[in-house]
Amino acid sequence: MKKVMKRTLAAMLAGAILSSAGPALAQGKVIKFVQNGNLTILDPIWTTAYVTRNHGYLVYDTLFASDENNAIKPQMVDKYEVSADKTVWTFTLRDGLEWHDGKPVTSEDCIASIKRWGARDSMGQKLMDFVKEFKEVNPKTFQMVLKEPYGLVLDSLGKPSSQVPFMMPKRVADTDPFKQIDSQVGSGPFIYMNAESKPGEKHVYTKNAKYKPRAEPPSGLAGGKVVKVDRVEIIEMPDPQQQVNAIAAGEIDVIEQPPHDLIPILKKEKGVTLFNWNPLGHQFIFRMNWLQPPFNNPKIREAALLSIRQEDYLKATVGEPEFYKVCTAAFICGTPNAVDAPGDLFVKPNFEKSKALLKEAGYDGTPIVLLQSTTLPVLTNMAPVTKALLEQGGFKVDMQSMDWQTVVTRRTNKGPVSQGGWNLFHTFSVAADILNPISTSYMVANGDKAWFGWPTDPEMEKLRDAYAKETDPAKNKALAAAVQARALQTAQYGWVGQWYGPGAMRSNVSGWLKAPVPVMWNIEKK
Amino acid sequence: MLDFIARRLIAIIPVLGVVAVFVFLMLRLTPGDPAAVIAGDNATSDQIADIRNKLGLDEPIWTQFAIWIGNVLQGNFGESFFFKKTVAELIAQRVEPTLALAICTLVFAVSISVPIGVMAAYRQGSLIDKAVMGFSVLGFSVPGFVIGYCLIYVFAIELGWLPVQGYVRIGVNFWQFAERMVLPSLTLSVGFVALISRITRASVLEVLNEDYIRTARAKGLSNRVVLMRHALRNAAVPILTVIGLGIAILIGGAVVTESVFGLPGLGRLTVEAVLSRDFPTIQTVILLFSVVYVVINLLIDISYTLFDPRIRY
Repeated sequence: MKKVMKRTLAAMLAGAILSSAGPALAQGKVIKFVQNGNLTILDPIWTTAYVTRNHGYLVYDTLFASDENNAIKPQMVDKYEVSADKTVWTFTLRDGLEWHDGKPVTSEDCIASIKRWGARDSMGQKLMDFVKEFKEVNPKTFQMVLKEPYGLVLDSLGKPSSQVPFMMPKRVADTDPFKQIDSQVGSGPFIYMNAESKPGEKHVYTKNAKYKPRAEPPSGLAGGKVVKVDRVEIIEMPDPQQQVNAIAAGEIDVIEQPPHDLIPILKKEKGVTLFNWNPLGHQFIFRMNWLQPPFNNPKIREAALLSIRQEDYLKATVGEPEFYKVCTAAFICGTPNAVDAPGDLFVKPNFEKSKALLKEAGYDGTPIVLLQSTTLPVLTNMAPVTKALLEQGGFKVDMQSMDWQTVVTRRTNKGPVSQGGWNLFHTFSVAADILNPISTSYMVANGDKAWFGWPTDPEMEKLRDAYAKETDPAKNKALAAAVQARALQTAQYGWVGQWYGPGAMRSNVSGWLKAPVPVMWNIEKK
Repeated sequence: MLDFIARRLIAIIPVLGVVAVFVFLMLRLTPGDPAAVIAGDNATSDQIADIRNKLGLDEPIWTQFAIWIGNVLQGNFGESFFFKKTVAELIAQRVEPTLALAICTLVFAVSISVPIGVMAAYRQGSLIDKAVMGFSVLGFSVPGFVIGYCLIYVFAIELGWLPVQGYVRIGVNFWQFAERMVLPSLTLSVGFVALISRITRASVLEVLNEDYIRTARAKGLSNRVVLMRHALRNAAVPILTVIGLGIAILIGGAVVTESVFGLPGLGRLTVEAVLSRDFPTIQTVILLFSVVYVVINLLIDISYTLFDPRIRY
């Protein structure tokens, strides 16, 4: 009897050990990756959420991509030609491109994908304004015929951040752009495992063994997407403190971007390395409502800009100087279109001039309604800084605190503040999204169709159009400078500092690429 | 008895009706537009309006309510605005972690709190009694997330005995499931233990002064038999009542505990749905919680008859 019991116990123990070791052995090398938010929407064209964009880069591929110097390089495209009059663009796809279901990638898939993206993305919409038609030359070659030359064809098709023109099978891309897609079939380096993924818990991706990387070495989002792990699991972990605990305990491998206040803890962890994967960083902005008083008066908007000091914001929200940069250029310091703002603007406030302008404009002391988001840590401290600065500049400020989703809703209200409207709020952008006057939605000034705040400025629109049509990079740089100057002249919005958020990875993980997006190819795990 | 159960079950219908109207109106009247959340940061007002139209959010509020309640009555709880899944599917995926957490917490809390409550009553004024009362005050006062972080620091980070977070389904690997349930259950139990032990102590103390306890002692019964068979059984009704009411604490606590420990349960689903204004999901989860609360309290009412033969329905 005792022998039987012993054998039974031994068998149970062995079973338990095998059952716990089994999945790990079967899965091979797994990267457990925690993003900044929950991945709920799996359609990267339907939403601009950065976590969905990250998912897109795992599953889908792009026709073009930006390298680490922000130059646009062919990705799915093997070669392309432009006609002499610059109106016909011919794209030929690489050999061997396949969807995850084994079917070949064809021209008609790409045309349908561009059309769907062009209906949703601001840069896509601009491109489609210039497109006369698409022509399918053969299954691997298609043409984009323009009404007139457009300078941003490649910049648009290779734009790095949301919303990215990801290529999808035609049957998927034919989905109404305002409805979510049902399928996750792409041609990218990873395959989404629908059956294993559980929203709110984890999303599972396996290596696409049939993916044919380009021969060039990886660079930014371009080059060869060589997958060096068997599987990526996006783990949903909403609590940043728990993310830090979990990486310290070795339960996860990579955190996209831990909050700045937890970075000192991570720096002390021996098994963890910090890595600034997005060297361009992000930019905070300060948005005024042009439709409602007092910011419907340009002099009062100018007074507000004169009260800004970027460093105050950066110290309050980021803290460590190694993770921020005072940058007075709208189009991101260190990139081709960057031009410093004149004088001390954004560096040293001129409160006296602000007060004088307010007096001249007849500001009646009505409080500015400033929306404060309290649920996005990186934005929470922005509004109190604005309140302090504007009050020094002669404004009265009514700061109203709410969760980010309420800010997102409230900012759509074009009405007066007495009817739930607003005067001012803050947000931020990934720098890669705002490198030129077309991709920067804050620069759009066509009234009702413009981004929240709804500025109307025909002169600005003329400059943006000129930028879009110009194909000479030198002239484009001058036009970008003119756009920035015009934005400052009309006080269209304020840019209040550049900041960086490093990722964290276990020390046995390497190969994380520098890019505007955290990508999982090239990453190795020892 | 069957008549009582039938009446109580019928009484659930108006309760759910009130909950449905209240939740629906609260969600529509609080600020926050799911269409704006879905559209993202770069969307224009036109794009947001288009999404609102696709989701039916531009309909009058009573039309929206009629459509929703009509679907619910047909067993259709709608589709999540975000997850591209039906709410029923979403809830089915999230039930297991919450159920596991609730059962582990209940078993743990009851098996600890009742004995220590009885001991505290039996040794009234002793060191044990003071310790139980002290723990009870502490358990009520310290928020669950603080307890959770302290337990994680000691048992997961410093000692490395248990995982920091996560959930493994019971069918996938029982041992990994069990080790991941220890710290969340302990965290959630603290407040529950404090509540039940305090009520147990008070109820048993009251019973211990009754004549029949004196009679039992006079008969020469041992302390264990007097306490367990005579005192505790007669003190059980208020204890059961508190356990039933405590389900609400459990539901509220699960929201925090699941977030801290990364458990993909209904509590976290609720938080995610509220933050993203996923109306169909919030409405259904709250209806479900209401049903669970009412049914558990019905079961508690029925269980009174097991402990007190005088109670008849």
